[in-house]
Amino acid sequence: MSAVFLVAAAFLASAVEMVEALTIVLAAGISRGFRPALAGVGAAVVVLAALVAALGPALSVIPIGALRVTVGVLLLVFGLQWLRKAILRASGHKALHDEDAIFARELEQARGAGLAGRGGLAGVDPYAFTLSFKGVLLEGLEVVFIVLTFGATQGSIGLAAIGAGAAVVVVAGVGVALRAPLARVPENTMKFAVGIMLTSFGTFWAAEGAGAHWPGGDASLVGVLAVMVAASGALVAALRRRRAPSTEPAAA
Amino acid sequence: MIARRLAAFGRFWWEFVAGDDWRASVQVALAVAVTAGLAAAGVAAWWFLPPAVLVVLYASLRRATRG
Repeated sequence: MSAVFLVAAAFLASAVEMVEALTIVLAAGISRGFRPALAGVGAAVVVLAALVAALGPALSVIPIGALRVTVGVLLLVFGLQWLRKAILRASGHKALHDEDAIFARELEQARGAGLAGRGGLAGVDPYAFTLSFKGVLLEGLEVVFIVLTFGATQGSIGLAAIGAGAAVVVVAGVGVALRAPLARVPENTMKFAVGIMLTSFGTFWAAEGAGAHWPGGDASLVGVLAVMVAASGALVAALRRRRAPSTEPAAA
Repeated sequence: MIARRLAAFGRFWWEFVAGDDWRASVQVALAVAVTAGLAAAGVAAWWFLPPAVLVVLYASLRRATRG
């Protein structure tokens, strides 16, 4: 059961981040050329791979108790950020994440950046390179964080990497085929699911790492998940009832 | 120059981990510490964290929706 959650969480989280990264890369590629945009993607992938290579083995030598409490707290903090935003979006207190709007904005900014920077180092447009590099690196960092922490705590970085890798292949494949932002992906729903998964896993591991013993062992994770789903639904319903005008701008 | 870059590096990681609501991050850490305290005292501690996390989430949402 944990293996299924592990792969599903890694897949969903990676897919969401990949959709966001794809939007930025497409905006850079269409407006400034795909050569520098793809060079930025490549550079970001190299940095991310170096991070995984450095941190992966380091995580595996930390005692499992200390690892679970540290990872649990980090996942809880991270998961609550996702869940908080997802609940605010679902209840109408925050604008929904709109890849079409973000794509249009990035495209406009990239076109407006002027041509002065083109033909920089080795003939690569530095604006498109940097835009792609930063987009892929920042979105990829979240994927690396989730894959490493989930994988290390469950003793299977490979399984988490399979989930993340599948998401990369699917999103990149569809993106290349369409050459358009994936606005039809139910991104907000996926973010809601990932927020609940991260928060549930974080709660389970942080408590276990702190010395608590769950009744029923790993099977308790399903109970924690059910509590988080029910409570999140109730919070969305409660916030919808006292809905106020949107005050927060849309963000990643 | 180096100090400014180090500060920017630290700020990036703080924002990456703590996010929009640092209070929620601190409260989560405190809730885990209480769980550890209960477990160390020999009390069943598993029940504490899930409701504590929900209280932290509720408080964070209240802060966000009050603007």
